[in-house]
Amino acid sequence: MTLLRTPLKAVRGIGAAKEGVAHWWAQRLSAVALIPLSLWFVASLFRLFRAERFELVEWLSNPIDATLMVLLLGFTFWHAQLGVKVIIEDYVHGECRKQALLMANQLLAVALGAVCIVSVLFLALGG
Amino acid sequence: MDVSPHERPLSPHLTVYRPQLTSGLSIFHRITGVLLTLGVFFLAFWLVAAAAGTGPYRAAQWFFGSWLGWAFLAGWSFCLFYHLCNGIRHLFWDMGKGFDLATTYRSGYLMVLAALALTAAAWAIGLLWGLGGA
Repeated sequence: MTLLRTPLKAVRGIGAAKEGVAHWWAQRLSAVALIPLSLWFVASLFRLFRAERFELVEWLSNPIDATLMVLLLGFTFWHAQLGVKVIIEDYVHGECRKQALLMANQLLAVALGAVCIVSVLFLALGG
Repeated sequence: MDVSPHERPLSPHLTVYRPQLTSGLSIFHRITGVLLTLGVFFLAFWLVAAAAGTGPYRAAQWFFGSWLGWAFLAGWSFCLFYHLCNGIRHLFWDMGKGFDLATTYRSGYLMVLAALALTAAAWAIGLLWGLGGA
């Protein structure tokens, strides 16, 4: 006897959890990437203590530092957005309000991430 | 009795559960996550100021060099190291390791110590390096 199910449930995502393991994996993936990147960032800040703008530009004009900075920002905004998503889902009730906040969360993460990355690239290319 | 979806009675939770290290560290992990996210706005502000030019950059540096700025950086850096260390603790749990209560308590204490030590070390190195090189 076949399973008494149609693919519709998988398409709509309306099981009890409404989603699968994608969020869990993304959270762990971004977390693992952020371990070395965060430590690198803290170490980099040592060199930038009271730095002038031209020293910051000098630091970012090194392609390795610029790349690591972009990766740090990308993974940070991704990881933060995933975390805030869970918080909204936990504490906000009322479907309309919840969906609005979830959308705002993702859009804000992308927008702010873009702003930061573009600033870094601007500085890296000579400021 | 109003049994509409938003008005149904709930069993007590915060009012009846005794706070413990496990639950405390767990909620603090979430709290540091939120504080870190708010802090990222400051990072964005710093980067945009730098991109905008020498004037705005100097203003941003002035803020971070002020008492408020240092307090923010100290708090944010502790949140970072706490979230980092507890995050690693979580990754061990994800691998299925260290779930028994004794190990969880031990790793909890160790993790807080590590976070405090890393924060202190980072500030010590940063200040010595920064003030030494300046």
